[in-house]
Amino acid sequence: MIPKSARAFWGDDAKHFPAPPCGSPSLFRNHGDARSFRQPSESLVMELLNAFILLSNFVLVPAIAYGSQLALGALGVTLIYGILRFSNFAHGDTMAFGAMVTILFTWWFQSMGISIDPLPTALLALPFGILFCIGFVLATDRIVYRFYRRQKAAPVIFLIASMGVMFVTNGIVRFIIGPNDQQFADGERFIVKARTFKQMTGLEEGLSFKVSQGITVVTAILVVIALFWFLNRTRTGKSMRAYSDNEDLALLSGINPDKVVMVAWIIAATLATIAGTLYGLDKSFKPFTYLQLLLPIFAAAIVGGLGSPIGAIAGGFVIAFSEIMVTYAYKKFIAYLVPESWEPDTLVQLLSTDYKFAVSFMILLLVLLFRPTGIFAGKSV
Amino acid sequence: MIVTLLGLACFALLVVSLTPRLVGMAPLPDRIRNVSLFAIMALLIVIVGMIQSWNVALALLNLCLISSIMALGVNIQWGYAGLLNVGIMGFAALGGVAAVLISADPVADAWAAGALGIFVSFVLAVVTVMAAIYTYRNMAPSMARNLALFAIIVIGLIVIRYFFGPARDAIEDVNPASEGYLGGLGLPIILAWPVGGIFAGLAAWVIGKTALGLRSDYLAIATLGIAEIIVAIIKHEDWLTRGVKNVSGLPRPVPYEIDLQQSQWFVDLATRLGQDPALSSSVFVKLCYAVLFTIVLLAVLWLSERALNSPWGRMMRAIRDNEVSANAMGKDVVARHLQVFVLGSIVVGIAGAMLTTLDGQLTPGAYQPLRFTFLIWVMVILGGSGNNWGAVLGGFVVWFFWIQAEPIGSWLMETITSGMAEDSALRIHLLNSTAHMRLMTMGLILLLVLRFSPRGLIPEK
Repeated sequence: MIPKSARAFWGDDAKHFPAPPCGSPSLFRNHGDARSFRQPSESLVMELLNAFILLSNFVLVPAIAYGSQLALGALGVTLIYGILRFSNFAHGDTMAFGAMVTILFTWWFQSMGISIDPLPTALLALPFGILFCIGFVLATDRIVYRFYRRQKAAPVIFLIASMGVMFVTNGIVRFIIGPNDQQFADGERFIVKARTFKQMTGLEEGLSFKVSQGITVVTAILVVIALFWFLNRTRTGKSMRAYSDNEDLALLSGINPDKVVMVAWIIAATLATIAGTLYGLDKSFKPFTYLQLLLPIFAAAIVGGLGSPIGAIAGGFVIAFSEIMVTYAYKKFIAYLVPESWEPDTLVQLLSTDYKFAVSFMILLLVLLFRPTGIFAGKSV
Repeated sequence: MIVTLLGLACFALLVVSLTPRLVGMAPLPDRIRNVSLFAIMALLIVIVGMIQSWNVALALLNLCLISSIMALGVNIQWGYAGLLNVGIMGFAALGGVAAVLISADPVADAWAAGALGIFVSFVLAVVTVMAAIYTYRNMAPSMARNLALFAIIVIGLIVIRYFFGPARDAIEDVNPASEGYLGGLGLPIILAWPVGGIFAGLAAWVIGKTALGLRSDYLAIATLGIAEIIVAIIKHEDWLTRGVKNVSGLPRPVPYEIDLQQSQWFVDLATRLGQDPALSSSVFVKLCYAVLFTIVLLAVLWLSERALNSPWGRMMRAIRDNEVSANAMGKDVVARHLQVFVLGSIVVGIAGAMLTTLDGQLTPGAYQPLRFTFLIWVMVILGGSGNNWGAVLGGFVVWFFWIQAEPIGSWLMETITSGMAEDSALRIHLLNSTAHMRLMTMGLILLLVLRFSPRGLIPEK
């Protein structure tokens, strides 16, 4: 709890006042009162620029990074849905598992003094995490899902089985690495620091760009390009799309279902590990948070249309932007745009950050009500 | 000692339920099998009572009873109709909220300070939603309609916050160390049980209205979401439930130990039975709870059985087994699904209110999806989906082993690691991680039952 005096200072929502989403601590310090720093002779252009930079720093950049992570997660969910035709509840914990292996390798490398400064060592460990995760996921498919596939069980049975897998994976992750927060980020922290940005531009507002955010965006773009190249250009990728479109027809034309399923799992595990590691680098690794990520990831996949890769990416960004925009306090932003006397007294925050999950849920409900197949018309069996 | 006995009992459970199938014998007649399964379960609790203590055994029994009721509710949804509810935690939490709102003492100062503001913002919220629906229905689909809807919602939110913020702060400032919330109505807590059911039923209606009739996964995902949100609200809306500061000291439907120890008749009774009054007073209280819970369990069970064996129950199973042909027979599949989903959630809500009654306090931090949602699922699947008696048995068996897995697990780990050095890092890590083994075990049980005995301990007839 913030003491009462501080509450009055922060305004209406002080108790729920969040750390700025993904912002740096140095920015947090002068987030309070814009007026005291403002020069009276500032031009309108500068005000507008400041407002834009402020929004970029607290909304645009974090939302792009978070959206990329959600998109990678949703791609995995949507892919499994397209090929195996069930919603994989274990996906969040698969992300945790992959990230955990990556962390263990990162620690090992760090202890041996291997690093790729200024980039985080985790990038070096990522391939190992992916390999282990693929092995783990293929094992669960062999032990659990294959049986039901041969039985042609209803999707709902797969779903329950995936809940069991989720349980077991969650147990394994907690058993190996424990339920607590783990830090594994190293190397340089910022590409652009808020202070340097201010000195460079002479603006009041700083823009910080974290290394983890940069890596997230670059990796996500590379992975998505590779995935789409694979799905649209290679023989295996085309057969996967065919299998997803019409299973019977694909089988008739000689596509090997076992291979399609195996490749789907391999891709899903790769995506999950990358998404999990990037999320862990950007925020921090805690097994329980991955369980909670399941909701925004599913929401992203459904908003985009289950089974549609493009939709998963779009959905990821829709969810991330709405989550951050709805929970951002616009007080300072408005203060830049309107004359001083119009400045709002409250934080102008639509919803406190405690309810960011409610945002993805609301979007999910709206999509289910008005367009159940999603933006890009996925399947609705 | 206890481990050996429990092991023997597990073995007996397995023998009775699985062996006939494995060795190709004709399975035991249903009645004998069911009765012996329940008898073994009763024996297990008696064993705990004799070895550990009757207090422990009765505490275990009470939670077993509540778990059974929750499992019955989920069985109504999953077993009767094949609906997947992954948000049991949320419905149970709503029951807990009902317990607070009905039974806690009202905080007069807080009511004076902020009740009006809260009421106004509630009315405004309703008006906003109505206005949005009205606009949506009466404007032609166009960009203008979307903009109008957006404007209504944003303006509504801003206006609501204008009234809500000060009211909330005023309420939370009233004696924050022990109150800081509106309190409840100060009514007997038993009333909270049906009210908890109503709360859960309303939430289920909203979810069902949006997600039913679409593909089955959507309901699962929607319930997953609503559960997270309900728990988030309970955790963060201090004016309503005190948030993570917990509401403790809820009134009881049964006597307090201290009163019993001071009343002459009870002391006389205890001495006549040759028991220590202090100890037997807590046993007596737990027994009272057990009686209350058993009455509810039997009532729910009786109603469920009646429903299942009625034309309605047969229709539900027909819909579950083949939606297309049931639809062709003129059954309104979506409406029946909504009905059964709400009914099941009501039962879960009642059980949630009972749980909070038993605890005597609402601890929002305790609502964990693994404990409240997935454990109940294991109960239903293990017990036998579609069979009410199976759900009850599953509730008993799973809760029993969930609690007893702790001593068994640590004993197992001690044994496994006994060869290692005292201070070996691996040994310490393993011993500390025993708690997480429970999750894994429950997951394994779910997977094994689903694979090798999908009809459960007591299969559907």
